[in-house]
Amino acid sequence: MPPHPSGAGPFPEAVRPRTADQDVRPHRTARSNGRVTAPPDDCLARNEWLCGAYLSSRREILWDAVVQHLQLTLASVLIGLVIAVPLALVARHRRWAAGPVLGLTTILYTVPSLAMFSLLLPVYGLSASLVVTGLVLYSLTLLVRNILAGLRAVPEETRQAARGMGYGPLRLLLAVELPLALPAAMAGLRIATVSAVSLVTVGAIVGYGGLGNLIYSGMNTYFKAQVLTASVLCVVIAVAADLLLLLAQRVLTPWTRRQP
Amino acid sequence: MDPEAAVKTLADAWSWLTTAANWSGDGGIWNRLGQHLFLTVVCLLISCLIALPVALVLGHLGKGGALAVNISNIGRAVPTFAVLVLLLLTPIGGHGEWPTIIALVLFAVPPLLTNAYVGMREVDRDIVRAARGMGMTGRQLMLGVEVPLALPLILTGVRIAAVQLVATATLAALAGGGGLGRIITAGFNLASTSQVVAGAVLVAVFALIVEGLFEAGRLLVPDRLRGGGSG
Repeated sequence: MPPHPSGAGPFPEAVRPRTADQDVRPHRTARSNGRVTAPPDDCLARNEWLCGAYLSSRREILWDAVVQHLQLTLASVLIGLVIAVPLALVARHRRWAAGPVLGLTTILYTVPSLAMFSLLLPVYGLSASLVVTGLVLYSLTLLVRNILAGLRAVPEETRQAARGMGYGPLRLLLAVELPLALPAAMAGLRIATVSAVSLVTVGAIVGYGGLGNLIYSGMNTYFKAQVLTASVLCVVIAVAADLLLLLAQRVLTPWTRRQP
Repeated sequence: MDPEAAVKTLADAWSWLTTAANWSGDGGIWNRLGQHLFLTVVCLLISCLIALPVALVLGHLGKGGALAVNISNIGRAVPTFAVLVLLLLTPIGGHGEWPTIIALVLFAVPPLLTNAYVGMREVDRDIVRAARGMGMTGRQLMLGVEVPLALPLILTGVRIAAVQLVATATLAALAGGGGLGRIITAGFNLASTSQVVAGAVLVAVFALIVEGLFEAGRLLVPDRLRGGGSG
């Protein structure tokens, strides 16, 4: 169940119930509560890891969480891409810019995810924008690094040949350099996407964590089936996204397959 | 939130950090910092003891490459938070810091394994053949030639693992573990944005110091390597 903002304050329900020094490990009471509400003898009542009844009875909740997970991932990777391409181009063509750009993105990448989201709290409050911004900052490192490596790997001869054929700077970039940098850029995009799928779960701390919300609430109520189902779905999404991007890369760069 | 409120939060976070009472006691900064440092160092040692021998031997023999390389990709696809919570709900969850320690080690092993293996395989094959021709045994070759030459990449793996450990240890606070992340989660529970930000600043500075230490170490290592290579 995704936490909803409570009337008592700006913090979501799932985050609030615990006090600072209380142990967060669920108590047995949480378990017996589950026993009271559920029918006496099914896998939900027995709190089993694998539970078909959970899948059928919570289908909508799971679907909503998956949709939120996908939206957060997609938004952050796309925004990251829109920012990373110009950054990589600037770093490629202005020698002085490469050091600061790479240095700054590396520093951002070093900051742990929980701290990153927390640092953005005063700016964005408890919102989806906070999670997306944090994820964008992470994806920047991977994307800029790989796009830059791809651009740098374009052979000088190729560039000169294009110039000799009368290509202007813009056409050289769009028709020669960017396509040749595509394989390296796609490698970065795949890593960034898989990482983003995994990091979205941490967004549960502000109530926007997609499947992470289910993991978080499942932890507080000791709900094994929910935690395992949501975790497995996370990995499935990550693997599916990776395969999809791999397929896209093969379609977009047919020339790479002919090389030995 | 408007900029003015954000600035006010930063000022509040600063005053939280400079309040002496927040540094002492069980939930104080010093205690949490100690826990974080302890978790990071102990788990880094355990991970190195597990991953490095395996990676070095596999790299020396040239076997198990697909596993050693792909394990990093698998590690990336599995959410750290999910693993922490899953471990918490298993019987291990009742044993203090053990869920945290196991999760930390699980996520530190892949970068160590991959980098050490790749480092061993990337040693110039001509050098390896020359060493064999000089009559070196497999053991001498591995410890005397391959490992020193692979050291830069092995250390890169250790650095990535260390940074990963600091991040995972922070996340462990969400699942009831100790460490600096606990200051952040406590801030969330108290609905105190200033404490959340103060905790985040501490975590970020800690992570950057760890990264910086390895960067400083990296600048020292190549000189020693060159000295060893010419001798």
